[in-house]
Amino acid sequence: MTLDFTIVPSYFTLLLIGSGWTIAITAAAAVLSFVVGILFAVIALYGPALVRYPIRLFAWLFMGTPLLLQLFLIYFGLIQIGIDLPAFAAGVIGLGLHFAVYNSDIIQSGIRAVDKGQYEGARTLGLSRLQTIARIIVPQAVRSVIPPIGNNMIALLKDSALVSVIGVTELTLTAQLAISKTFHPFEFYLAAAVCYYVINLGLEAGLRHLEGRVQLSR
Amino acid sequence: MTDKPFIDIRHAAKSYGALEVLKDISLQVRKGQIVAIIGPSGSGKSTLLRAINDLDPLTKGEVWLEDMQVNKPLPPRQYERHINQMRQQIGMVFQHFNLFPHLTVRGNITLAPKMLKRLTEAEANALAEKQLAHVGMLDRIDYYPSQLSGGQKQRVAIARALAMEPKVMLFDEVTSALDPELVEEVNLTMKKLAEEHMTMIIVTHEMRFAQDVCDRVLFMDQGVVVEEGPPEVIFRNPQHERTKNFLRKHLQGNAQ
Ligand SMILES: Nc1ncnc2c1ncn2[C@@H]1O[C@H](COP(=O)(O)OP(=O)(O)O)[C@@H](O)[C@H]1O
Ligand SMILES: [Mg+2]
Repeated sequence: MTLDFTIVPSYFTLLLIGSGWTIAITAAAAVLSFVVGILFAVIALYGPALVRYPIRLFAWLFMGTPLLLQLFLIYFGLIQIGIDLPAFAAGVIGLGLHFAVYNSDIIQSGIRAVDKGQYEGARTLGLSRLQTIARIIVPQAVRSVIPPIGNNMIALLKDSALVSVIGVTELTLTAQLAISKTFHPFEFYLAAAVCYYVINLGLEAGLRHLEGRVQLSR
Repeated sequence: MTDKPFIDIRHAAKSYGALEVLKDISLQVRKGQIVAIIGPSGSGKSTLLRAINDLDPLTKGEVWLEDMQVNKPLPPRQYERHINQMRQQIGMVFQHFNLFPHLTVRGNITLAPKMLKRLTEAEANALAEKQLAHVGMLDRIDYYPSQLSGGQKQRVAIARALAMEPKVMLFDEVTSALDPELVEEVNLTMKKLAEEHMTMIIVTHEMRFAQDVCDRVLFMDQGVVVEEGPPEVIFRNPQHERTKNFLRKHLQGNAQ
């Protein structure tokens, strides 16, 4: 079969919708991974052993097993114990928790790097331990680790393609749908790649903007 | 009632393992009194100061502020609430400022009053403006700490502590990290507080400042108060050999 890129434009809307879902699932999973990442980091560093160890086990499981398997487990496995999630939700939770574990590691190192005087300065004013962590330590830690977290978010965008296997009609799956109708895999995979690339450019620009705005200097 | 101590440190002792950093120190400070603590590096000055607000808990002994015991033995939960309450009444300024770099000067000053004293945004702003005017930094209210000089940072740190309206202020070598030309502005700020009769304990290596501003000078060495008295006695007529040696070195150092 010869290459024929002229068929791509007729599937433009479909690819656009697929891109929209990719952006949506990436954004939702990114927010989840960030919030849970902070939570895990704080618990890992300050929490009582009773919660610290389960979290550590959880982190170890999510880091040591394939994301694809985790998605299968959440989408197909949980039904057996009565939790029937829509594919989109399962995808967000799987991607979100997976990257939360990586974000947590980075945020922990950010917290450790915050000067000890910051903690003392806040406690001296009368702030409690928790108030100090929430208002002084974590905000500084997070600002200092935006670049590596950003790299994780770019990885998340690319890994979001995996949720196509549980039936979320994001970019990769829409490309496959177009291919199943036209039998032109080269053109549509390439078109999808271009879409990913453009979304990635947008994400990188957003991250750079964020970095510039919250830059910390002492 | 005037001779009732405002701050009362009773038999304070502190060890790190086998190292005794404070050895049975007792100290009473009256309301409005200004006490300087001098002594060689490693003598326990910071440890004593930081024991007053329990930043470095004592191994033995008691610290009282008026009729409240700061380091009151309580179960952990209750103690946390108690110490946070006590610390609101004890202002502290550090050598390295410890300003919050992610907040503006305004944010640094209003944070604790808003969170702990439930001031509204407007009340907290008014308070910040008042305290900044007091230390001569009102025109920098919307700057970030990174945009200030060391002397300015330290004046903001003093304003931040004052915004909690503490009963006593603790200063730990607050000019040691500053370039020499910036020391004076911070000293002047502290002098102003002294004139307003703030109760202050000042750890310092500036003998001239201690002499000018303080009512009482304590000389510490190796975890004990070797000698104490009014500045004219300590500086002009010290009794102990260790005090004499220390002053000989330091007064020379200051004179050049
Ligand atoms: N966390 C700590 N662990 C062990 N030793 C300490 C610690 N903090 C202070 N010290 C020791 O306690 C002594 C007194 O320290 P410090 O109060 O900081 O002295 P100063 O302020 O007079 O220079 C020093 O010998 C110091 O090494
Ligand atoms: Mg010291």
